[in-house]
Amino acid sequence: MRYVDEFREPQLISKTAEEIRRLAGTERHYRMMEVCGGHTHAIYRFGLKDILPKNIELIHGPGCPVCVLPMGRIDDGLSIAQQSNVIFAAFGDMMRVPGTQGSPFEHKARGMDVRIVYSPSDALKLARLNPAKHVMFFAIGFETTAPSTALTIMRAKAEGIRNFSVFCNHVTIIPAIRAILDSPDMRLDAFIGPGHVSTVIGCRPYEWIAQNERKPIVVSGFEPLDMLQSVVMLLRQLKAGEAKVENQYKRVVPWEGNRAALRAMAEVFELRPYFEWRGLGFISQSALRVNDKYAEWDAEQRFEVPGIRVTDPKAAQCGEVLKGVLKPHQCKLFGRECTPEHPIGALMVSSEGSCAAYHNYEHRKAAMVSLSSVA
Amino acid sequence: MLAESAPVRFRDPQIEMAHGAGGRASRKLVEGLFAPLLFGGAFGPLGDAAHVDINGTKVAITTDGFVVKPLSFPGGSIGELAVNGTVNDLAVSGARAEALVVTYVLEAGLPTPVLEAEVRAMAKAARDAGVRIAAGDTKVVEHGKADQMYVTTTGIGRLLHEVTIDPRSVRVGDRILLSGPIGDHGITILLARGELDLEADLRSDTRSVLPLVETLIRAAGPGIRWMRDPTRGGAATSLNELARDCGLGMVLFEGQIPVRDAVRGACELLGLDPLHIANEGQFLAVVSPEYVDAAINALNLAPGGSEAQVIGEVREQPAGTVLVTTLYGGSRVVDMLVGDPLPRIC
Amino acid sequence: MCLAIPGKIVEIASDNQDSAVVDVVGVRRKIDLGLLQDDKPVPGDWVLIHVGFAMSKISEQDAADQMNTLRMLGEMDGTMQEVKGYGLEEVN
Repeated sequence: MRYVDEFREPQLISKTAEEIRRLAGTERHYRMMEVCGGHTHAIYRFGLKDILPKNIELIHGPGCPVCVLPMGRIDDGLSIAQQSNVIFAAFGDMMRVPGTQGSPFEHKARGMDVRIVYSPSDALKLARLNPAKHVMFFAIGFETTAPSTALTIMRAKAEGIRNFSVFCNHVTIIPAIRAILDSPDMRLDAFIGPGHVSTVIGCRPYEWIAQNERKPIVVSGFEPLDMLQSVVMLLRQLKAGEAKVENQYKRVVPWEGNRAALRAMAEVFELRPYFEWRGLGFISQSALRVNDKYAEWDAEQRFEVPGIRVTDPKAAQCGEVLKGVLKPHQCKLFGRECTPEHPIGALMVSSEGSCAAYHNYEHRKAAMVSLSSVA
Repeated sequence: MLAESAPVRFRDPQIEMAHGAGGRASRKLVEGLFAPLLFGGAFGPLGDAAHVDINGTKVAITTDGFVVKPLSFPGGSIGELAVNGTVNDLAVSGARAEALVVTYVLEAGLPTPVLEAEVRAMAKAARDAGVRIAAGDTKVVEHGKADQMYVTTTGIGRLLHEVTIDPRSVRVGDRILLSGPIGDHGITILLARGELDLEADLRSDTRSVLPLVETLIRAAGPGIRWMRDPTRGGAATSLNELARDCGLGMVLFEGQIPVRDAVRGACELLGLDPLHIANEGQFLAVVSPEYVDAAINALNLAPGGSEAQVIGEVREQPAGTVLVTTLYGGSRVVDMLVGDPLPRIC
Repeated sequence: MCLAIPGKIVEIASDNQDSAVVDVVGVRRKIDLGLLQDDKPVPGDWVLIHVGFAMSKISEQDAADQMNTLRMLGEMDGTMQEVKGYGLEEVN
């Protein structure tokens, strides 16, 4: 696969890992946060922790749009779809996320019309094909996904498709990073920046992290060589006492972002004054809603939503794990009351949430005496 | 020897789709409800087929239900799946299928040509596999049930005496073999459903693996510890079950797992892992180190076996776990999924 | 939020400039070019695809530059060490 396989080349990976070991030395302990859930997934998928030296600690950040969605919002979305002529359409990621009355799949088993879609356009297509029904698209994702939702809503309006609406849970990345840095127990040296969000917002929005907070941030791709090269770049900055924004993912990320995508977002969305992030609490100006111009395609304006807040059990320490203050297995509920099959907290719910990832991958590797030589 | 029922341990309030996906939820249902009630208290590792003693002769018997949408897809249809699936379950338990009996549950409104096509496909598959369809039953249910048709097949077979399949015989150092590329069937079905705007030149791999299994047995019989056909849940699920049953670690070498380019591309696009995708014409085998070279050579020379590969080995650690390793020293645990693999966007 | 794959544009729909087909090792997928209106790709271009939309064009030059940088890792520093040893001017 072009533009994929080159960045997974084993020899180059080993070589880059060697360079990381050389730069990292043994004296200093480095704490780097990868913000985006996709990077968390990549770290586990490619076994990157195995080849990084022990004094580089990767902390998983809050960039998992499924994980940070409060249960109440899932309940709200499902309550709209309780109506018999409504089709609930969402990405596969959402299907097993539990609301208080069960997940979308469990609702499907009880008779709700629930469909997996692979694109917001698929949801709009469902609306075209089912004129007697109303398709409600449960939209999730950061700025990577929001423009596609926006464009789809614009198309719905242009085509006069009225049996379609979006239940919008798009969130923005910068306030999440700010919440991390504002946290009093936070001790981070640097950030691995979200590569795909940056194809939309560019690299400028991170400048305050470098300038005001004095933390280096490297916008990174998702292949093993991308992430390792980003670690090299961060180490070089840290050793030189620098703090700047760098773009490792140049082949895809334009420094100024994608203007057309940003225009689409500005056309359709506005910032909510505040939004609740599961595990992090209320954050102002951190989420999007459909604006009045497109009110007809806003599920929250077309339908009544209960808007009930559902709080996680006090014992669940999701917030601290999200902020990187605690490791997953340090939460009292981890692996006991809270498992991937019966998730209690946000981070166990999605396979890229820190707790789920740790449970599925690290947990059992930690039990190994040693990884013997690889064939 | 009839078993007394043991207590039910399955606590889910209702049955979900996940319980039929072949993964963790399926296992919970089978081990927690069906097995205690039907097999009694101390049932051993659950295999693909059962060996039953009739007047001193051991026969193998297995049953399988086939529920697939669409009924017909590139490379096959439900008729072939039904025959090959059961022949394969018997083959990997060390038996040659002798006869099948089949039940068709048909949806009222099903066009006759569709039914005829499936029965023809089944007849041809049975001839190709060298197995007799001995008897059958039909039921019709109301329109709206049965997704056009559901098929179940039950097969009996004679044991191939040169081999004993038992997960408890697996040892550290044994090698893990795979008969050919994984993921073809599951991805073909996904694309054939037409819900994705994806197209690829892929076909289901449905076929009888009995000839290859017999080749393997001839070349390496005494060294074969275990075999399984990785259907729903994929190779990851089968190997996880083995790891659990024998308490050892299954370590796979990523670079050696055969996957067709198009399967790989579709999986990357959808965020799926080929190890979790269903196969209908492949099998896994664990073979002792003394016999592995003979095994692979024989398979590679046999028709349909040219892509057979050693994909890993059995180690002490990580116990009860499947681990995939990369050429650069990274590794990841591959678990059983709870339900069907779901495409993701994150 | 993050799963995005590179694909090569093989066809642009004649009746809809925003609709294209990409190829990813033989898998063909219909995608939407609506977000690349300012920099329309043509058949042969590589784009990054996320939820069925092209997010960005992939720069072959930047990819090649990156591979070169990675291949030279360690060598640059090695050369620097040697030169430092000569006791000439400061090198950074």
